Amino acid sequence: MPSAARPAAIATRLAAAVVIAAALAGLVPLVTFAVQKGGRIGLDAYVWRILGFTLWQAGLSTVISIMLALPAALALAGTRFRGRAVLMSLLAVPQSLPAIVVVLLLVDLFGARGILAGTISLYGLAGIVMAHVYFNLPLALRLFVQVLEAVAPENRRLAAQLGFAPRALWRHVDWPALRPAVARIAALIFLLCAASFVVVLTLGGPAATTLEVAIYQSLRIDFDVARALSLSLLQVALCAVLVVASGNTAWIEATASRRRASVSEQRPVGKAAIATIIATAIVIGLPLLMLVVDGLPNISLTAGLFQALATSAAMALASTLLALAMATALARGGSFANSIGLLGLIVPPAVLATGWFVLLRRAEGGIALSASLVVALNALMALPFAMALLVPAFATMARQQDRLATHLNVMGWNKFRLIDLPILRKPLAQAGLLAFALSLGDLTAVTLLGSQGLVTLPSLLHLQMGNYRSGNAIGTALVLALLCVGLGSLANSRRLLR
Amino acid sequence: MKKLLAALLFFTSFDPAVAAGETLTVYTYESFVSEWGPGPKIKANFEKSCACTVEWVALADGVAMLNRLKIEGTATKADVVLGLDTNLTDEARALGLFAAHGIDASTTHVPGGWNDAEFLPYDYGHFAVVYDSEKMPNPPKSLDDLVNGDASQKIVLEDPRSSTPGLGFLLWMKAVYGDKAAEAWKKLKPRILTTTPGWSEAYGLFTKGEAPMVFSYVTSPAYHMEVEKTERYKAAAFAEGHYLQIEVAGAIAASPELPLAKTFLAFMMTPGFQDEIPATNWMWPAGETSTPLPAAFGKIVKPEKTLLFTPAEVNANRRQWIDEWLNAIGG
Repeated sequence: MPSAARPAAIATRLAAAVVIAAALAGLVPLVTFAVQKGGRIGLDAYVWRILGFTLWQAGLSTVISIMLALPAALALAGTRFRGRAVLMSLLAVPQSLPAIVVVLLLVDLFGARGILAGTISLYGLAGIVMAHVYFNLPLALRLFVQVLEAVAPENRRLAAQLGFAPRALWRHVDWPALRPAVARIAALIFLLCAASFVVVLTLGGPAATTLEVAIYQSLRIDFDVARALSLSLLQVALCAVLVVASGNTAWIEATASRRRASVSEQRPVGKAAIATIIATAIVIGLPLLMLVVDGLPNISLTAGLFQALATSAAMALASTLLALAMATALARGGSFANSIGLLGLIVPPAVLATGWFVLLRRAEGGIALSASLVVALNALMALPFAMALLVPAFATMARQQDRLATHLNVMGWNKFRLIDLPILRKPLAQAGLLAFALSLGDLTAVTLLGSQGLVTLPSLLHLQMGNYRSGNAIGTALVLALLCVGLGSLANSRRLLR
Repeated sequence: MKKLLAALLFFTSFDPAVAAGETLTVYTYESFVSEWGPGPKIKANFEKSCACTVEWVALADGVAMLNRLKIEGTATKADVVLGLDTNLTDEARALGLFAAHGIDASTTHVPGGWNDAEFLPYDYGHFAVVYDSEKMPNPPKSLDDLVNGDASQKIVLEDPRSSTPGLGFLLWMKAVYGDKAAEAWKKLKPRILTTTPGWSEAYGLFTKGEAPMVFSYVTSPAYHMEVEKTERYKAAAFAEGHYLQIEVAGAIAASPELPLAKTFLAFMMTPGFQDEIPATNWMWPAGETSTPLPAAFGKIVKPEKTLLFTPAEVNANRRQWIDEWLNAIGG
């Protein structure tokens, strides 16, 4: 093995060790606590019944998100039109919105007084799936666009020379590139939907109980740690099956990210593509338009809002950097390192947070400790998503650039700066934006680990909702969305990506 | 007499034994110390009298506070825990962490009086079905009206597994229907638009116009009258009586600041604390106030009959009653 690879390998191992330690630091204290206090290890009939609904709604949400994202990605990839950068930036917003905001925006559209009232019944499976698709369609779309734009241009050129029809192009060029990405993002979306809580309960009611609701109940209401742990274990097992089924090893076979070459490559824009792009823009944009209409007159410009804005921006930025650092280190590793990155999604964040709290209950850390823990947990939660964008890029780099680097005898930091970074810039920017949006919208970590004085935009929004000020809460959600769009346009800006 | 007692209680907070520079750590729920909550003013008022610093530790809600105490045990950083309700006090008492408050609470305004050695009430409010009078000229006049009424007129409820009002409604149904609660739930089911995880989501859907009714508090219309200057949203008075929520505080026995904590509890019953409650926490003050209540409090429903299970009854039956509800409602 060339010596140039060693610092990177050490970084990978270090990152893997940190993630595993973080998971153990959450689980071990809880197991100890459960053993001391006792409790139900109940995997009873109730659990199996809700497991069925969990799988059903998550599966349906995943399939629909992917099915809608695929044609949109084919239409968007490689096409250039006015407003494309804006559309791409807006795609980051849904992930940053607290679930209740998305529910209220859907009510604006499909509710009793909505502009599309009577078309779809919000309360029930349809509403749940619609909300989940709104969160996850943009996520899948962004990943697919990136994968498609990274298809080696010589493949496309060859296909053009051979006079491939669109169907043949799909079969021989696009689908082979997309397949690993589809498997990977499907697994992530499924996990997100399986862990959905506010959407499922608000729109589904008690008949629509999911595993996450049961975990929440055992941890937050009954404080039955043994039951919470056994339910989490069930979730972990479920995820393990899923990750294996989605072909974890296929992830690293993903296609190259060769941005430089692909920029000049243009695909013909057909009528169907234009229609798809317009439809996608409407689906993503209409609820956001409602957000602006509802939110703009209701922004409560208080000191509290600006403080929350600063807190949110700083903490989301910190967890983004942490997530990127860990993702960069782990994405370089093999499939084991890749799977480690999923821990933050597989172990329910509420379980991790409670475990960390039990571990540190005697620590005198004050607000600094609180903030660090929230940042760390948000980074762990964002890690799988950042990796979904980075792993394919690293796979290519490993194949093509490492040889070059060894040849030129460039190594270590210089290799990273001169050879890796130019290729990684775009996926890093996208991964960073995704991590930022996810951390920005977090309510779990800040609720369980935050303390007085640590008010983020989502927790302010939550407080406003709880104080008869749901109008102002939508205003706060708009501020949150604008922050996300701001960073999004930075991440998508030409200067950064040149 | 009440005023005299309150004044006496107020002056006992100038206890010379309480030295300057002490810190009193109070666990409470987030909305209590938010910029609209009573917390900031109460802190300032108490600090004027005690030469100490009040440090709020804000947790999500009463249940989160109870869980925090279960984790921390005697090592808890709390000196005072403020914001549990009577559905939680039995479990909290069983932790053995709370000290006897030693304060005569017989003068509190809590319906049904107060007799609890460890916990003191600071405010209370009856639950109620709040309705939109523009869409519902004839609201239900009783719980039975609600259960058997027009199923096209929906209500948004909260989940008793994750929400205090949700548990309140479950207990109300149980108090009125007893053994027949499951049947009543089945009759009510077509009228329920949805059951949300918390009060915020339910009230948000209600004010968006998704349903003409929501489960909330009799005091909710006071907010709309005082802040939004509208009498559109009203609470329906129910013939069977209304279920009550009482919010309480207690001092931690193992706290090195126990004397200061008890001084705070005494202060809690005086105008320095109680005056802030009505227009910020939107509940009825449990102790003496020195300023008139907001005008809207004179217009809201005052239930003639109060329904309330004892803390021990709730603690012993909660799980079983929730299972009964889940089965009836088809969860």
